[in-house]
Amino acid sequence: MSNLVEGRTGEWEVVIGLEVHAQVASNAKLFSGAPTAFGADPNANVSLVDAAMPGMLPVINQECVRQAIRTGLGLKAEINLVSVFDRKNYFYADLPQGYQISQYKQPIVGEGVLRLDMPDGTTREIGIERLHLEQDAGKSMHDQHPSKSYIDLNRTGVALMEIVSRPDMRSAAEAAAYVRKLRSILRYLGTCDGNMEEGSLRADVNVSVRRPGGEFGTRTETKNLNSLRFIQQAIDYEVARQIEIIEDGGEIDQETRLFDTSTGTTRAMRSKEDAHDYRYFPDPDLLPLVIPQEEVDELSAALPELPDQIRDRLTGEYGLSAYDAAVIIEERETASYYEAASAGRDRKLVANWMTVELFGALNKSGQTLADCKVTPAALGGLVGLIEDGTISGKIAKDVFATMFETGKDAAAIVEEQGLKQVSDSGAIEAMIDEVIAANDDKVAEYRGGKDKLFGFFVGQVMKASKGQANPGMVNQLLRAKLDG
Amino acid sequence: MLRGFHCNRTKHSIMSVDKSTVARVARLARIHVPEDRQEKLSAELNGILAWIEELNEVDTDNVEPIASVTGHSLPRRKDVVSDGDRVDEVLANVPETASGFFVVPKVVE
Repeated sequence: MSNLVEGRTGEWEVVIGLEVHAQVASNAKLFSGAPTAFGADPNANVSLVDAAMPGMLPVINQECVRQAIRTGLGLKAEINLVSVFDRKNYFYADLPQGYQISQYKQPIVGEGVLRLDMPDGTTREIGIERLHLEQDAGKSMHDQHPSKSYIDLNRTGVALMEIVSRPDMRSAAEAAAYVRKLRSILRYLGTCDGNMEEGSLRADVNVSVRRPGGEFGTRTETKNLNSLRFIQQAIDYEVARQIEIIEDGGEIDQETRLFDTSTGTTRAMRSKEDAHDYRYFPDPDLLPLVIPQEEVDELSAALPELPDQIRDRLTGEYGLSAYDAAVIIEERETASYYEAASAGRDRKLVANWMTVELFGALNKSGQTLADCKVTPAALGGLVGLIEDGTISGKIAKDVFATMFETGKDAAAIVEEQGLKQVSDSGAIEAMIDEVIAANDDKVAEYRGGKDKLFGFFVGQVMKASKGQANPGMVNQLLRAKLDG
Repeated sequence: MLRGFHCNRTKHSIMSVDKSTVARVARLARIHVPEDRQEKLSAELNGILAWIEELNEVDTDNVEPIASVTGHSLPRRKDVVSDGDRVDEVLANVPETASGFFVVPKVVE
């Protein structure tokens, strides 16, 4: 599949790298004991450390360190046993310290890799350059007053993992797949809740274009995108804008841009030339972070099974399609549901019922798997009834609808409503005889060579049985009677 | 990193800070340094840097960088909420507040 973009003067290759900011799942902030909970009153989750009162000293939260290590391990990355916290200096109203504590030259996690399974069945490996720990900034609100900004420091000092990719992506679709996969891994690990609406996961997107295989072009960075749709829109817009400028003989400015969610366009930040002169230096309040190898080993041993491992089992051992597997593993809860429902059953059939009927019904009713009345065992039970011929697939859909409504067991519904498949050849033959007797003319036509009428007879018999006749047996017996 | 510092990492070199660098660093640090003070400050800073340069005379080959003389490692806190819910103290020195927010001159990009 080609990702090249056609311009007026030929084809262009898009080069994308992402910096994802993922909020670390922890109770307290990175360097203070204030809570991280979303939605608190303004400035309620602020300690004097976060407010940068003179004399306050940062003390690192051990869980944040461990979450960063877990994430590094999940990205198959190298864990740096010694890392250093630096001050990144800049002035902004929502940054009371006047610097952000971050990691610059020695991050806690080094190079890793992330595998993408694209919808067309191909696999792409995206390099991870690094992951480092840093403080989040506060929140500014500009719409409360004509000439003032309102500042809430609740987010100030919350731990973030900045995860930097290599410029390995070649389309907006790949960038979205990367974020989706990264989010999935973080959620499996429990190191970030991945809630993009609440800002727990945001991306800065670096985009440039070049002639296929040529030298890298100049890139722009579009900041702070908090949905997959915005990420794709921002990339598409930047690609078109950059190609047009270059084809008109212009040059791309290396700059930071902002995305306007209402128009789907990007615009240059009113950039101050000094904006990127952060004058990093090691934070004298913090010693280097030294991690014993035993701690890494311990965390590694306790890591949960990750999406790639589950996917390999689903497509390998269970024989599912790459697409079904990808749908099932995206969320940990879905994967566990599937494993429980399909244990001891036809794995492919369960996957099919889950991705088509169950997800369809959930979507339609706006529910999530967590609110769903159909337990994994109940779905497995339904598939079991299909497998052993108790009900047909068609009847099973009606049974499923009732299960979804009431949460009842499939077997109980089949019993109550008398939906059991008729596999008694005597009963089926009797129905066939009736249908044949009532349709002399069609029987004559069929026997005269109009083969297509066979379907009509099947339909009539199924109708006579209220859909409960075993379709395989109907076919077989009908053919014997008509042709015989 | 320190663009504008003419920094040469070989031994016995002298870093030098010119007047325009003084002006830029002052601006980045939001310190007002009047034009007529800049020349004098650059001379002072160069004096300090020259003094620090003397450290380059020490042979540090095969010496591990040291981050602390106490031998302590970075202490860690438990992931327990032990602070917060002190809006009044946090806002105690603030010139202007409204419904629990800091209020500052409009800063919008």
